[in-house]
Amino acid sequence: MSENVAVKVTDLKKWFPVRKGFVETLFSRKQSFVRAVDGINFEIRMGEVFGLAGESGSGKTTTGRLLLKLIEPTSGDIYFKGKNIIALPGKELKPLRRRMQIIFQDPYESLNPRMTIRNILSEPLRVQGTMSSEAEIEARVKEILETVELMPPEEFILRYPHELSGGQRQRIGIARGFILNPEFIIADEPVSMLDVSIRAGILNLMLNLVEKFNASFLYITHDLALARHMCDRIAIMYLGKIVEMGSIEKIVYEPLHPYTKALIDAVPVPDPTAERIKVVIKGEIPSPVNPPSGCRFHTRCPVAMEICPKEEPALIDVGKGHWVACHLHK
Amino acid sequence: MALLDVQDLKTHYFTLRGSVKAVDGVSFQVGKGEALGLAGESGCGKTTIALSLLRILPSGGKIVGGKILFREENLVKLKEKQMRKMRWKRISIVFQGAMNALNPLFKVGDQIVEAIRTHEKVKKKEAWKRAEKLLETVGIEPSRATNYPHEFSGGMRQRGLIAMALACNPELIIADEPGTALDVIVQAQVLKLMSELKDKMNLAMIMITHDLSIISETCEKAAIMYAGKIVEQGEIATIFKEPLHPYTQGLIGAFPNIKAAKRRMTSIPGFPPDLLEPPTGCRFHPRCSHVMDICKKEEPKSIIVSGNHYVACHLITA
Repeated sequence: MSENVAVKVTDLKKWFPVRKGFVETLFSRKQSFVRAVDGINFEIRMGEVFGLAGESGSGKTTTGRLLLKLIEPTSGDIYFKGKNIIALPGKELKPLRRRMQIIFQDPYESLNPRMTIRNILSEPLRVQGTMSSEAEIEARVKEILETVELMPPEEFILRYPHELSGGQRQRIGIARGFILNPEFIIADEPVSMLDVSIRAGILNLMLNLVEKFNASFLYITHDLALARHMCDRIAIMYLGKIVEMGSIEKIVYEPLHPYTKALIDAVPVPDPTAERIKVVIKGEIPSPVNPPSGCRFHTRCPVAMEICPKEEPALIDVGKGHWVACHLHK
Repeated sequence: MALLDVQDLKTHYFTLRGSVKAVDGVSFQVGKGEALGLAGESGCGKTTIALSLLRILPSGGKIVGGKILFREENLVKLKEKQMRKMRWKRISIVFQGAMNALNPLFKVGDQIVEAIRTHEKVKKKEAWKRAEKLLETVGIEPSRATNYPHEFSGGMRQRGLIAMALACNPELIIADEPGTALDVIVQAQVLKLMSELKDKMNLAMIMITHDLSIISETCEKAAIMYAGKIVEQGEIATIFKEPLHPYTQGLIGAFPNIKAAKRRMTSIPGFPPDLLEPPTGCRFHPRCSHVMDICKKEEPKSIIVSGNHYVACHLITA
């Protein structure tokens, strides 16, 4: 493995069993699964902003949770700085957790309403036991509040989450993510609940922090327009699979997979002189319980061929780190 | 003469903590076959305008001033009985939140039939036929009329709501956040459908959204709202290319364009004000980077810059 890889994922799968009713279990033994993530491979380099984009139900959030082992994968391996974290017992995992953190989507639900900001931010420090004295913890909490531009920190430290606006809450979420100086940060749709005028500030703050800590950053989003300005590289997911991956410029300007093309064409552009929404592909994302055979996109693909429903295309490198899984590109 | 002419509309909510001036002196016009985009952040009064136009404000909400002229008839003065004749037949609405706006206990077809039969004297059978036809217009198999909402996907529910809004051939459709909660591709499908229907039926449309790019894709005119006021309005080309109000400029700067070169987005400092006690003078002054002394004292009037480009900012007046 090359030196500068922070996280590497090989053939990662997460199948959730579908719960059945009592009567159904009498007649059928067959267990069906939601194939949320179904065999994906990618790596995130050091100090890189890596995007994971797709429609709802494509498995991007599940991937994020798997990477931190918040949920156990069905199969596959996750390497963090060369170490396989799947096999690690809890005891050995705990020090690693300090180095990988997550910022959640909903700032209204990811902060405990009964805890003050001081408690929310000092809890990771206490759990990890990195600081010896209360004074040290207090100083660190104040420092991180200043870093996320909640000033003066004294004014925020004793407040409860409900006393803050959505944007301020998400800043607390970010402060909590960064307080342990992590090397790898995941942000799952961190601004989708926020107002437009506030979004940019939060995103820029995260980019600044990632740069400052030289962390690797996984940005999970459905908003390709935002991803375009955030990420260095991006992977497009469809029904639990990565269909295309590469540098953000390549994906936006020279997409190869028909799904990526459709996705990019569908993004509205805030420019009245631009061409208005052109052809839109039909239908909606199918259920991941019984995903279509072969290439999963063939049911909606405008250029589907005979081979597409039969054979699953492999994700291959078409040059310069641009990967695509499509029978059109071989 | 414009189809809809709103003059100095004021809608306030009366709460225990005082009156919330959700819409505070708003004027705009929508012509026949024209689409106006109403943009702004949450809490700026966009939805309240929609509810005021149809006079379906929740309890505590009241139109306290101004006129809503629809074909020169003032809707504010109409009796409830007369107003019922306006709703759906002349003005209809596609409500926010496609996922929950349909009643889960009734078949989609029946819900459209109900909308038709409430407003027109039609036999049930005939109404059902019309409902099927409407579903076809919005791209849903007519046979799906017998389905319940849970059997529809998100995009189909949104289409169903559009079908319902079209049920009585209205002249004006208000769409409240028609794209949110839908995936990009489905959102594009819905927006395209709305634009096509608008052109085909020569509908006037008010598109309420926080997403400027949706307005740019579907409307001819745009009005930018901030804290209960329209701060700038005009043709979309003018608004996007030569925005004059600092808030409009900030909002456009905060919007990512997928086709543009990679850049850091700009944000507007601070957050939207509490409308119980809005800032004095220009309501945007605490967040404005060009703030002057006069902004804190005096409220800027909306003036015509050119054609139908209106701006309310002291920078322009002075």
